[in-house]
Amino acid sequence: MAAGSDGRRLRVIGTSVRKVDGLSKCAGATLFADDIVLPRMLFCKLHRAPVPHARIVRIDTSKAERMPGVVAVITGKDLPIPFGILPVSQDEHALCPDKVRFVGDPVAAVAAIDEDTAFEAMNAIEVEYEPLEAVMSIEEALRKPSPRIHDYGDEGNIHKKIALEFGDVERGFHEADQTFEDTFFYEGSTHLAMEQHAAVAAVDPDGRLTVWSSTQTPHYVHRALAKVLGMPPARIRVIACPNGGGFGGKSDPFNHEIVVARLSLLTGRPVKISLTREEVFYCHRGRHPVLMRIETGVTRDGAIKAMHFTSYLDGGGYGSYGVASTYYTGALQTVTYPIENYKFHGLRCFTNKPPCGPKRGHGTPQPRFALEVHLDKIAERLGIDPADLRLKHLVPPHSLTANYLRVGSMGLAKCIESVVEGSGWRGKHRRLPRGKGIGLACSSYICGAGLPIYWNNMPHTGVQLKLDRGGGVAVFCGEIDIGQGSDTVLAQIVAEVLGVDPYDIRIVFGDTDLTPVDLGSYSSRVTLMMGNAAIQAAERARELVAMAAAERLGVPVERVGFADRQVFDVEDPGRTLSFPDAVVAAEAKFGTIGTVGSYTPPPSAAKYKGSGVGPSPAYSYSAAVVELDVDPRTGWIRVERVHLAHDVGRSINPVLVVGQVEGSVYMGLGEALMEEQVFRANRGGVHRQPSLLEYKSPTTMEMPDVVTYLIEDPDPNGPFGAKEVGQGPLLPIAPAVVNAVYDAVGVRIDEVPVTPEKILKALDSPAKRYGPRSVPDTSWPEPIRVPTPWQGGSGGPAREARPAGAAQGPVVSGSKR
Amino acid sequence: MLDRPRGRWCDLPVPQNVKRRRRRARTRVLPPVRARANAHLRLHVNGEEQEVAFAPHKTLLEVLREDLRLTGTKHGCELGECGTCTVLLDGKPQLSCLVLGLECEGRPIVTVEGLGDGPRPHPLQTAFAELGAAQCGYCTPGILCAARALLDVRPSPTRQEIREALSGNLCRCTGYIKIFEAVELAARRMKEPGAQPSEETLRGRRL
Repeated sequence: MAAGSDGRRLRVIGTSVRKVDGLSKCAGATLFADDIVLPRMLFCKLHRAPVPHARIVRIDTSKAERMPGVVAVITGKDLPIPFGILPVSQDEHALCPDKVRFVGDPVAAVAAIDEDTAFEAMNAIEVEYEPLEAVMSIEEALRKPSPRIHDYGDEGNIHKKIALEFGDVERGFHEADQTFEDTFFYEGSTHLAMEQHAAVAAVDPDGRLTVWSSTQTPHYVHRALAKVLGMPPARIRVIACPNGGGFGGKSDPFNHEIVVARLSLLTGRPVKISLTREEVFYCHRGRHPVLMRIETGVTRDGAIKAMHFTSYLDGGGYGSYGVASTYYTGALQTVTYPIENYKFHGLRCFTNKPPCGPKRGHGTPQPRFALEVHLDKIAERLGIDPADLRLKHLVPPHSLTANYLRVGSMGLAKCIESVVEGSGWRGKHRRLPRGKGIGLACSSYICGAGLPIYWNNMPHTGVQLKLDRGGGVAVFCGEIDIGQGSDTVLAQIVAEVLGVDPYDIRIVFGDTDLTPVDLGSYSSRVTLMMGNAAIQAAERARELVAMAAAERLGVPVERVGFADRQVFDVEDPGRTLSFPDAVVAAEAKFGTIGTVGSYTPPPSAAKYKGSGVGPSPAYSYSAAVVELDVDPRTGWIRVERVHLAHDVGRSINPVLVVGQVEGSVYMGLGEALMEEQVFRANRGGVHRQPSLLEYKSPTTMEMPDVVTYLIEDPDPNGPFGAKEVGQGPLLPIAPAVVNAVYDAVGVRIDEVPVTPEKILKALDSPAKRYGPRSVPDTSWPEPIRVPTPWQGGSGGPAREARPAGAAQGPVVSGSKR
Repeated sequence: MLDRPRGRWCDLPVPQNVKRRRRRARTRVLPPVRARANAHLRLHVNGEEQEVAFAPHKTLLEVLREDLRLTGTKHGCELGECGTCTVLLDGKPQLSCLVLGLECEGRPIVTVEGLGDGPRPHPLQTAFAELGAAQCGYCTPGILCAARALLDVRPSPTRQEIREALSGNLCRCTGYIKIFEAVELAARRMKEPGAQPSEETLRGRRL
């Protein structure tokens, strides 16, 4: 049995207890947002733009207003204040006031007594548009600075341009034995959560507004509502309903949430909206399509002397999380293999398509795909086994990277060794018959962002505990379970510290009136941050109960132990009090027992502009081996098995960790093989396949076997050593598939999804390759130059134009743990 | 300006047989729906006769969720593409979004709310909860109904039979693996109640 950091035996942590909400979900009893029905409730429909880019000349709502059963119709002038998730991108309006930027941008909204009437009224709204030229791709956005989609941004239709240099890349390339260069493209994809977004708003007679929504970020919705409605936040309550899948798609504050709130305030009645599947495709906020160029200088044994990474992101019509996404495409290359000198150029364009944002892995699957396929090619050219190349060059644990990310525990070596041994890699790689292939790739992901989205110096999460005289424990936290099991993680942590049963715990979650702020279920932050706050709150309660129990048991307080709903003398476990009796004693001594805990990530070592993205309290690691068949006549790929090892620090609930790994592998395979969020430029910018039938995602028939290996290398910053698992294991899948395709039929597909058509084209091509040939010519600003830690840098930009001093290379390199 | 079908806000042609969510464009030329008479009939849901009145164009999904307040049955597309709204009709899995409520008079309907035996959950429900086969839980009611129909005819299904039986149900969370394992565990438990999941299911593979 595992032991905690203080040597206590762990009883609840590390066990696969049933999810605390598991049976409710299996009974259909969990209430999702669209399951909420209130008396006198109205239904809302949004009138959306049918054109990708246009000025609104006139909106005529008179016919809709005259329809029987229609209670209210609103347009952009009723909601003039802009909003957006990032403080630097407050570029959205709940209803477009003057201009539409993608097919599906909402222009007007109706509230009616039933959904049928709302639908009819929505269609009776007439909008006259003055069309503007649409920008439908990265290349077009760079070529056409006007008409501008937004009147802000770095230039023309370029939203953001980034140039960062760590160390001296030019000298690094000079010192390298060989230089390699590749170009890659990663297609966009969408979250496709099975639950369509829904929200209900209700205003009570005393003027307080409540909004129930399928959101991953109730706190940010709360802030956006207060801003746009011009209401004191104290009068607004946001309740996040359990999400029927999120994957990042419910992380932005959405126009429909604000619209139903406004309509409810206007009518004094509850208002519901439930988006159709087609509308969800247009809501998007998913994976950015990214064009990438990577140039790497390596020594003969594969050590990376210099890397120059360039990414071009197709952002869609609004900012969303895009600035952060752009930085993320350059941030995490450094945390797996030491990169002595590193340069990053990143650029995000506005285009007239639904906005892109965060999808599982947020901005990192694309560069990880490029890096891991690039390394596979380098290994082949150097004559080194791809597994050995990686094992030889791993970032040492507890070290700083070139861009000042602080790596804690680092179990990647064990991950690689597990998938190599488990898959029989050594006997298979480059040894299988034509048509059969095996590929390997690795990755890393953050456990929450080191800095909050809007600047503040408050905790990122809070947990509040209330102990009941009957031994029940109520835990209040703003976290929201989107299926990842965060309620169960919270219950297990509190149960562990207080020695109670996880099912004795009542979780109150995601309610801005009742629960302390948790920033939300994104960026794989919940287990680590909420977990640490929960430990603090529970330990404070435990201390009070222990003091009272020590008196009753007549032992020193240090000897009081908690387990199995008992409070006892650890040296004489026969001397015991029941947990409820101990709580009663504590309440008699101290009054009502309620405690709080909170968590703020440790300060980052990085101090340059843009260093808000990348730092994290801990990094998880994954390695994948994919085994597949490719039919060289048809290009058809059948994935046979995926081996995935994930360094989760410590499993709080192993069966749920395995489930997250399997789900990540599944979603990674979807992106690698079939999923495409693509639009018809020649048909007015409509989605090519806005339905669950046409947008291909893996079914039970395509899903291969997954062999999961859990690596537990506890991180000092994680609760009981735990790190994330929800996103990281997705990252190595696409590159491992592409590397396996090369092993099978000898063609390089430098682009996902890997379709049979692309394989056949590559087989027919002289270069035996399919993918982008080049990136657009771009003028980049002078980079912010940051000396690396091994150059004696302090984390900030260099004072001089060039860093001085002798470069000794990374502190540790070439050593395998 | 194109005279595009009303009720669409984008330019794609609408296939004739595709039903838009809850609305049919044809209702525009008719008098308002609520002015027409409701259908009044008896439905046999989860072992109980229920008298219910609803607009005749409503799907079984809408009748269950909106008129009977059985919100355990979910929707993911309302076009018959995702399997989320699966219920048992005459003991067979059916997409409730593609069946009119009117067609169901007198036919036994079982929803997720009726899978268990009183307060005792069905072995499938317990196994799904134990193995984390329900992550977000949104596709779960439909998958449970489809799996129950499978076990009714194949008490010991193979992995391939489970894949085929559930191939019409999309799940975005689990990658289906835990779902397969939970169906297998439930099938075993229906014969030997003490059956346990494997160590690899619970903790992954150890080398």
